Amino acid sequence: MKKLAIELTVNGRVRQALVPPRMLLSDFIRQELALPGTHVGCEHGVCGACNVLVGGKAVRSCLIFAVQLDGADLKTVEGFGGAEELHPIQQAFWEEHGLQCGFCTPGMLAAASELLAETPDPTDQEIREAISGNLCRCTGYEYIINAIRSAARKLQAQDAQETAEAV
Amino acid sequence: MKPAAFEYHRPNDLQSALALLKEHADASVLAGGQSLVPMMNYRLAQPEHLVDINRIADLDYVREDGAKLAIGALARHNAVKSAPLIAQHLPLIAHAYEWVAHAAVRNRGTLCGNLCHADPASEMPAIMQILDAEMVLTSSDGTRLVPATEFFTGTYETVRVSGEMLTEVRIPKPPADSGWGFEEVSMRKGDFAWAAVACMLRVDNGKIADLRIAAAGVGDSAQRLTGMETTLNGQTPLVQRFEVAAREAAAELDPPETASVSAAYRRDLICALAPRALNAAVSRAT
Ligand SMILES: Cc1cc2nc3c(=O)[nH]c(=O)nc-3n(C[C@H](O)[C@H](O)[C@H](O)COP(=O)(O)OP(=O)(O)OC[C@H]3O[C@@H](n4cnc5c(N)ncnc54)[C@H](O)[C@@H]3O)c2cc1C
Ligand code: FES
Ligand code: FES
Repeated sequence: MKKLAIELTVNGRVRQALVPPRMLLSDFIRQELALPGTHVGCEHGVCGACNVLVGGKAVRSCLIFAVQLDGADLKTVEGFGGAEELHPIQQAFWEEHGLQCGFCTPGMLAAASELLAETPDPTDQEIREAISGNLCRCTGYEYIINAIRSAARKLQAQDAQETAEAV
Repeated sequence: MKPAAFEYHRPNDLQSALALLKEHADASVLAGGQSLVPMMNYRLAQPEHLVDINRIADLDYVREDGAKLAIGALARHNAVKSAPLIAQHLPLIAHAYEWVAHAAVRNRGTLCGNLCHADPASEMPAIMQILDAEMVLTSSDGTRLVPATEFFTGTYETVRVSGEMLTEVRIPKPPADSGWGFEEVSMRKGDFAWAAVACMLRVDNGKIADLRIAAAGVGDSAQRLTGMETTLNGQTPLVQRFEVAAREAAAELDPPETASVSAAYRRDLICALAPRALNAAVSRAT
């Protein structure tokens, strides 16, 4: 099958690849980029486990073709932080028991990240709404909601500190 | 669970997109992909050519066009939902969008793609019908305008023919004194409707006027409940009257029987939701 050349930014690094048009972004991320943090649950848009950030917006990577990302800015869970240094949202999930098996977590992080970028101090209703497209089979959601609330506080504190340091 | 191979086209302007659609009879437009790609993953759809319209920036707009609002083929659900012009003139649309899928799906999906997909349980096809929207179908041979009430012909079926693209939806601004209502029940918020009702009306000298009401989830496609419109126009708004009219309308429907919800339950939902939507519309109409 004819492959097409694409160039995109993945977690801050420019990457080039040749992809067959029918390759889903989720498969491209896991198989070609070898970033298995993005999970694939249903492959038809329902579970949200495959959510990634494209240009800062959460999207289903199972419902978009890799070839469509030519020129785009992609962030996967690996772009948040690693075991040595967790991103504040990850840290909050860790502290608040926002995950058990962790299958849904990468998608939850993408949804939470988009929410908190647009709404730094969300209401519980806004948090519930933001993760309404992400299924979790373990936590019962309450701990995830607590984690996102805590993440909002962490990010706000971080922002305040950065502003204070800049002055 | 993987899509079949296809040839990928990514035109940068509308003319090239229309030329590609003309050249390849079995080409599909790829808009948000939020309905098409699941169908391809299941191999329910196996288009040989995909014409990706996501780079045609000219099609991404919600704008005022005299007495109408015009929404372009690349206007995404979330962009329409949060557009100031929609908040000002058509708050019904912003409100109903709360029930359409979830944030990540609305970030990609488009209104025009949603209408072309024509899922019978989809909200916007019902809403376009009560707003007297006009569908602008464009091909390389020209443009035709189709009223929303004539656009939907069945489950996943519209009057659009191969080679045509829905380039724009035009919606007349409703009169300032009109009121609207929208009610839905689905398994979980963001899922397709088990039943949904949308309506728009005015109250003229204490009587209902210009009532338009439509339902989704209860037939082959979203449909106007014209019997209710005839019965209630010119009448004083009374809850009991709404309930009787809703029961009559529900009796005439032929809703689908599915694993999760029976036809009888969908009829019951219409009996409950239509009066609620009408009450809300009456209280908003002043
Ligand atoms: C988990 C999930 C939940 C959802 N819940 C809902 C819901 O509650 N209510 C609801 O209404 N929808 C729901 N959807 C569907 C969603 O709204 C889709 O975005 C929409 O149905 C299709 O729009 P799209 O832009 O993604 O179109 P695509 O998927 O790109 O295309 C859909 C179809 O329309 C054709 N097409 C697209 N654009 C055009 C055009 N401009 N001209 C001609 N043909 C065109 C395509 O060829 C294809 O056949 C849901 C989807 C998912 C994944
Ligand atoms: S794998 Fe993409 S939404 Fe489930
Ligand atoms: S933690 Fe297991 S699915 Fe959410």
